[in-house]
Amino acid sequence: MEFKVPTMAELMAMGEEPEILFWVGCAGSYDERAQKITRDICKILHHVGIKYAVLGTEESCTGDPAKRAGNEFLFQMQAMTNIEVLNGYNIKKIVTGCPHCFNTIKNEYPGLGGTYEVIHHTQLIQDLINEGKLKAEGGESFKGKKITFHDPCYLGRANGVYEAPRKALEVLDADLVEMKRCKSNGLCCGAGGAQMFKEPEKGTKDVNIERIEEALATQPQVIAAGCPFCMTMLSDGVKLKDKEQEVKVLDIAEITARANGL
Amino acid sequence: MAAQIIFILLLIAGIGLFSFNARKVIRNIKLGRPKDRSDQPAKRWGTMLKVAFGQTKMAARPIPFLLHLVVYLGFVIINLEVLEIMIDGIFGTHRVFSGLGGLYNFLIGSFELLAIGVLLACVVFLIRRNVMKLKRFSGVEMKTWPKSDANYILIVEILLMSAFMIMNGADYKLQALGEAHYVTAGAYPISMWLQGLLPADAATLIVIERACWWFHIVGIFAFLNYLPYSKHFHILFAFPNTYFSNLEPKGEFTNMASVTNEVKAMLDPSFVPAETAPGKFGAKDVNDLSWVNLMNAYTCTECGRCTSVCPANITGKLLSPRKIMMDTRDRLEEVGKNIDKHGADHQDGKALLDDYITREEIWACTSCNACTEACPINIDPLEIIVELRRYAVMEESVAPGSINAMLGNVENNGAPWKYSPADRLNWANQD
Repeated sequence: MEFKVPTMAELMAMGEEPEILFWVGCAGSYDERAQKITRDICKILHHVGIKYAVLGTEESCTGDPAKRAGNEFLFQMQAMTNIEVLNGYNIKKIVTGCPHCFNTIKNEYPGLGGTYEVIHHTQLIQDLINEGKLKAEGGESFKGKKITFHDPCYLGRANGVYEAPRKALEVLDADLVEMKRCKSNGLCCGAGGAQMFKEPEKGTKDVNIERIEEALATQPQVIAAGCPFCMTMLSDGVKLKDKEQEVKVLDIAEITARANGL
Repeated sequence: MAAQIIFILLLIAGIGLFSFNARKVIRNIKLGRPKDRSDQPAKRWGTMLKVAFGQTKMAARPIPFLLHLVVYLGFVIINLEVLEIMIDGIFGTHRVFSGLGGLYNFLIGSFELLAIGVLLACVVFLIRRNVMKLKRFSGVEMKTWPKSDANYILIVEILLMSAFMIMNGADYKLQALGEAHYVTAGAYPISMWLQGLLPADAATLIVIERACWWFHIVGIFAFLNYLPYSKHFHILFAFPNTYFSNLEPKGEFTNMASVTNEVKAMLDPSFVPAETAPGKFGAKDVNDLSWVNLMNAYTCTECGRCTSVCPANITGKLLSPRKIMMDTRDRLEEVGKNIDKHGADHQDGKALLDDYITREEIWACTSCNACTEACPINIDPLEIIVELRRYAVMEESVAPGSINAMLGNVENNGAPWKYSPADRLNWANQD
C-alpha cells in the first residue's frame, strides 16, 4: 500500500475522530482474494479524502455465521464485545466490506445497544458518485464491456439494496446485462447461512455451479460481486467451468478502483 | 316449511361444526410461544390490503396470477349470491333480492360471468397439475393426501359452479314458462345457453332447479367444513397471516432475550437479569415455535413458489421450504389430537425435529430468503429452520463437524477461520 491505513487506536491517541469507520470483516481481513477488495476500498476512501479508520486487531467477527448456524450465545458474545469497542470509540457511521457484516451490525446490533448508521461499500460508492467525488476516469476503461451483477442475498433481498451496486456500474458506460434471476429474484451463490464453512448436503449439483451457469449464459466479460463469500463461490465456479481467461470476477470496489486508476 | 326447517338445521350444523373445528385450530396455534406483533397497526393493515386483498405478490407469475384472480374475485363476489340463498332458505322466499330490478340483473349476470370464469380457471388448474404435471406441484411432500387435496378442491369448485349455472338455467326456463313462484328476474348471459339441454316440462325443471339449489348451498357448508383439513384454509388465513407478518428487514433475525440476559451476566458480574421464563433454546417441537410460525403452517396452500426458488432444492438437496411448513402443520395437528384424546400433558415421544424434519434438511438452508420473498402471503419457513438449528446447536451441541469447527474458531480467534487475531491487519502491509 502506498499510504498507511489509519486505525482507531492511532486516531484516538491523536485526539481525533474519523468521519466513518471501515468495518473490514473476517473475509476481508484474512482471505487473500478478499484482501485485495479491502485494499481497494481503502484506496477509494483515501482517494476521495474521507477521514476514515479501521479497528485493525480490535475488530472481531460480527457473529453472523454463528447466528445463522443457530449459536445465539456466541453471536451475542461477539456482538456485545464488538459494541463495547465501537461505543468506546464513539463510532457514529460504519461502512462495511461485506453484506453479512452490514446486515448484522445494521439490523441486529441496535437491539443489543449498538446503534450506528451502517452502509455497505457499494452504497458509499454510490454516494460518492452522486456527490461528484468519484467518477470513472484515469484508469482502465470498461466502456462497452459486458458486465453482469450478482446480487448478494444479504444486500438485496435481506435489506432491499439493489440500486447502489448498479449505479456504480452505470458510470462505467459498460454494457450491463441482467441474469434471469436478479434483484429480488436473485439466486444465492450458495455460501449464506454458514454454508461457506461446510460441505454441501447431498444433491445433484452445487449451488454456485447453478449460479455460474446462469451468469455465463449472459456471456459476460466481468461478473461483478459485492460480497467476499459470493466472490469465493463465483470464482470457484468460473474456475470449474474453465473460463478464467475470458471471464473475470470482480468486486464493485475493485472495478471502481480500476476505473479510477487507483 | 319442512324445507326451511331442514335448511336452518343444516345451516346451524354447518356453522356449528366449523366453529368447533376452528376453535381447535386456534387452540393449536396458541400452543406456540408468544410473539408480539401488535406494533405498527397502520403498516400492518396496509400490508394486508396490498398483499392479501391486492394479491400483489401473485403477480410475479402472470398466468397463475390471472387464473387465481378470477377464482378469488369469483369467491368474494359470488358470496353475495350466497347471502340471497341464505335468506331464501331461512324464510322460504325465492330470489328475495329480485326487487332490485336492473341492479339485480346486473348482479346475477356478473355472477354468471364470474362463475364460468372460475369453472374454466379450475379446469386449467387441473390440467396444469395432472396433465402438464408442472414441476412446482411435485416433490416428496406432494404425494398422497396433498395431491388429492388439491384436486378435490378444484373438482368441488367446478361442481359448485356447475350447479349454480344449471340452477340459473332451469330458473330462467321456468320464468319463461310463467311458472308460479319463479318471478321474472335476473340476467343469464351464460346459463341461457343451457336452455336447449334442459327438459321442457315444468315439474322436471323444478326438480332440477331445487336439486341444484340444495347441492350448491349444502356444498358450500360442506366445503367450509373441509377447510380445517385442507390446504384451502388459506382463503381465510391469508388475511391475518399477512397482517401479522414480519415488517423488519428480511435479513434481521430475532435476538433471543433469554440469551441476552445470560450473556450480559457473563460479561458483567454485577448485572442483575430481569425475570424471564426458563425454557429451552430454539425449537425441537411445534410448541417451541412462535404462534406466528404455527399460523403460517395453517395458512400455507402448498403452491410451492418457495420450493421452486430455493437454491438447495433447485440443486437436488432434500430441503423444501414447503415441506417445512407442511410438516409443521402435520405435527401440530398430531399434537392437537393428542391433547383431545389424552389431555394437555400427554407426551407421545415424537417431535417436529427428526420425526418430521430431518437434520439434513435444516443444514442445507443458505438463509437466502428466496422462499420468504416468493411466498404470496408472507409465510416464513426460514424462521422455523433457524429455530430448529438453534435447538440442535444450543441444546444438543449437535451440528455438522465443520460447523462446530467454525464456531470454535469464532469463539477462540474472533473469525470463522483459524487465523490469529494478531494478524488481522496484515492486509494493510501488503501489495
